Amino acid sequence: MSAELAEPASKIELPAGVGGGGEIPSFDVTLRVRRYNPEVSEDATWDDFKVTMYGTDRVLDALHKIKWEMDGSVSFRRSCAHGVCGSDAMRINGRNRLACKTLLKDLDTSKPITVEPIKGLPVEKDLIVDMEPFFQSFREVMPFLINRGHEPTKERLQSAEDRERFDDTTKCILCAACTSSCPVFWTDGQYFGPAAIVNAHRFIFDSRDDAGDMRLEILNDKEGVWRCRTTFNCTEACPRGIQVTQAIAEVKQAILSRKV
Amino acid sequence: MTATIQPPRSGNPSSGKPSSGRIAPKYRRSGGSKGNFEMLAWLFMRLSGVVLVVLIFGHLTVNLLVGEGIHAIDFGFVAGKWADPFWQFWDLAMLWLAMLHGTNGVRTIINDYAEKDATRLWLKIVLYAATTVIIVLGTLVIFTFNPCPVANGVQLPGGFCPAP
Ligand code: HEM
Ligand code: SF4
Ligand code: FES
Repeated sequence: MSAELAEPASKIELPAGVGGGGEIPSFDVTLRVRRYNPEVSEDATWDDFKVTMYGTDRVLDALHKIKWEMDGSVSFRRSCAHGVCGSDAMRINGRNRLACKTLLKDLDTSKPITVEPIKGLPVEKDLIVDMEPFFQSFREVMPFLINRGHEPTKERLQSAEDRERFDDTTKCILCAACTSSCPVFWTDGQYFGPAAIVNAHRFIFDSRDDAGDMRLEILNDKEGVWRCRTTFNCTEACPRGIQVTQAIAEVKQAILSRKV
Repeated sequence: MTATIQPPRSGNPSSGKPSSGRIAPKYRRSGGSKGNFEMLAWLFMRLSGVVLVVLIFGHLTVNLLVGEGIHAIDFGFVAGKWADPFWQFWDLAMLWLAMLHGTNGVRTIINDYAEKDATRLWLKIVLYAATTVIIVLGTLVIFTFNPCPVANGVQLPGGFCPAP
């Protein structure tokens, strides 16, 4: 999988002086953007935009340049522009990534760079998808602390080891890159999806939380963890580097050890 | 002139789930499933897989490598093995485990790839029918196999049955 999708090495070298206010090399690049506007046509089309960009620019900067200077109707979500909010996951050259964390110089700029909405969720316009089914699965795993003990008067303390147990899954920014890279989710949208499992994992393995069993029961559903076929697409897609497939496997093990 | 701006979300607000009520129908899950079927199926695939490694490689070794190897295989060789309860049991276990393992694997593939409920239903009907026929037929063959078949009072060629 990775071999097939690997990008050739960057062809644009940044000189050592970059960042010190020196000249930044510029290059021309074509963005091939998937366009869809249900008010005009039911069919999606590709639009090519040729832009001059700089070695420090990201795909998001190119989309901004297109929207601000060439075609104001190009629609996409973004908020923080720094990989924190999770708004701008999109399919860039066939892989799910955040447009704000993908440098143009790391892509093959000799060919048009394709930019599509993430797969498996209903497209609303251009690169914007309906995230509601994704968030519904997230809500269903109860991604909040449930503690049946007495309300403490100060912070709920936890040992460093207990905190470490679920550290990886606290990093999720709910961008949906993982769920929308999963072929099981693409088929019928019924699977809870990796992101919901990652966020359940965050609380299941938290020593301060008391509702792990309830979350395991929810994910023991026929559309829960057992639909995972360990294709690792989610782990590869995650812009936060979360070991998503491993988190899913740990939830499977937790269900098994409680039932068998 | 006034234009009505449609809300951009798909789906309708009548879902019974605790949601914002805007989930497109395709994504709504039809109630929680009770029971552990999917978990047990997952576990069965792994356990039967481990046993199948032993059964299949044992089978291949004995049939193809040991002694004269593949040249020894003929009607008599099979008849000889099935005269022994040990090999009857071995082949029965291999038949059942491989069929159930393979059927559950194909069931998973159907679930993962069939997009319409009707397609899914029909593919599974065909799958389960085929599985049933093969398991029943195979089990019958293992237990009712007769090395000296007689048709119309005439012994069929087998080459090693005692002369009548
Ligand atoms: C040699 C020993 C075998 C081992 C260790 C083994 C192991 C496994 C495991 C662990 C899975 C589950 C994969 C998953 O859940 O993603 C699987 C799937 C499957 N197995 Fe086997 N198996 C063996 C032999 C067989 C045989 C003999 C058949 C055919 C009769 C078969 C047909 C299948 C099918 C169709 C699948 C579903 C494929 C998929 O889910 O991607 N396997 N096998
Ligand atoms: S696990 Fe990673 S890819 Fe999935 S939603 Fe969270 S941040 Fe995005
Ligand atoms: S815009 Fe916030 S993560 Fe990219």
